[in-house]
Amino acid sequence: MKFSYFPGCTLKTKAKQLDVYARKCAEVLGITLEEIPAWQCCGGVFNASRDEIASKLSAVRALSAARDAGQPLVSVCSACHNVIKQTNAAMQDDGEFASHVNHYLTQPGQGQAEPYYGETEVYHYLELLRDVVGFDKVKAAVKHPLTGKKIGAYYGCLLLRPSGVMAMDDPENPQILEDFIRAIGGEPVIYAMRNECCGGYMTLEDKALAAKKSTAVLDNASVNGADLLVTACPLCKYNLDKNGKNDLPVVYFTELLAEALGIKE
Amino acid sequence: MEKNKTAALREQILRASGVNPKKCMRCGKCSGTCPAYDEMEYHPHQFVYMVETGNIEPLLHSESVYKCLSCFACVERCPRGVEPAKLIEALCAAVTRPQGANHMTPDDIPALLDEDLPQQAIVSALRKYMK
Repeated sequence: MKFSYFPGCTLKTKAKQLDVYARKCAEVLGITLEEIPAWQCCGGVFNASRDEIASKLSAVRALSAARDAGQPLVSVCSACHNVIKQTNAAMQDDGEFASHVNHYLTQPGQGQAEPYYGETEVYHYLELLRDVVGFDKVKAAVKHPLTGKKIGAYYGCLLLRPSGVMAMDDPENPQILEDFIRAIGGEPVIYAMRNECCGGYMTLEDKALAAKKSTAVLDNASVNGADLLVTACPLCKYNLDKNGKNDLPVVYFTELLAEALGIKE
Repeated sequence: MEKNKTAALREQILRASGVNPKKCMRCGKCSGTCPAYDEMEYHPHQFVYMVETGNIEPLLHSESVYKCLSCFACVERCPRGVEPAKLIEALCAAVTRPQGANHMTPDDIPALLDEDLPQQAIVSALRKYMK
């Protein structure tokens, strides 16, 4: 099955492991990811102000490119997925917003763009594994199960909230990452801070805040027996690795998947 | 004149955020769950009440508008569906949109870089702090 793929800025630079292994694993699991041509940065954070147009245009362009290709749209980065999915919901639900946005969709030299009203189906890569491939099929494809590894799922904010729009999982008691960990043979560790904020972009202005938030997550996971954490977000990984005062390793979930499927270099 | 300015701003913020502050029952759950609570002068529940009563001016001059992490915990956990983060976002936009009022610009970035900082952090910060 073929999907349009939106990698995002950080997956081409600091978070190549998130991107490269997502693609390789998709191939092994029978999914073709077709990168959207000339995609633009998602904006990083969804602007909840309804009168804000400019910062949401790139997400709409990606969504309409997928619609034009007749394919659902997939991303791996939590932030890209959050921005794209929230923007898509705004295009579906807010006619005034959609009408304004559609004035700006046509780009120079590309002919008149077809207006967009949220037709594209949006997936996070984890949802692809759960809902399209199926965790049972993932499990069957595992060659090197991560037996005995105690792995804490770090959801952070962006995968789950706002749950009315993201609709990936129960926002307070999620299980998609735990089911993923089980599928690759690991043992999930449940801890209270798995859906609390790491400090996000505040690392630029206030390192102390980012350190406090990240350390609280890491300490809570350690105390509950985690050997490592998995995340889908480059900024979470950065904050936990760089600002957190705790040496608990943090890896992208795609790295563990590649390891389990036996295709990690 | 001051009254007109506040009334216009209040209307703009309510429309842009889609928030109805009258739904708030002042339980304080939004502030209780906010990861930036300690860093704020005015807290999420205060934002809601101050916009409701038209006491907006102090919010426009407070660093609190820049402290929201967009984590949506307050939106998710509000028992009345008030969505304080959307109100704070609309206020932040009102503060940064006038000419020359950006809280952060690309010129500030080089001094803040380190070798591991993901592009996502820079994009997100500029999205929040610059019109």
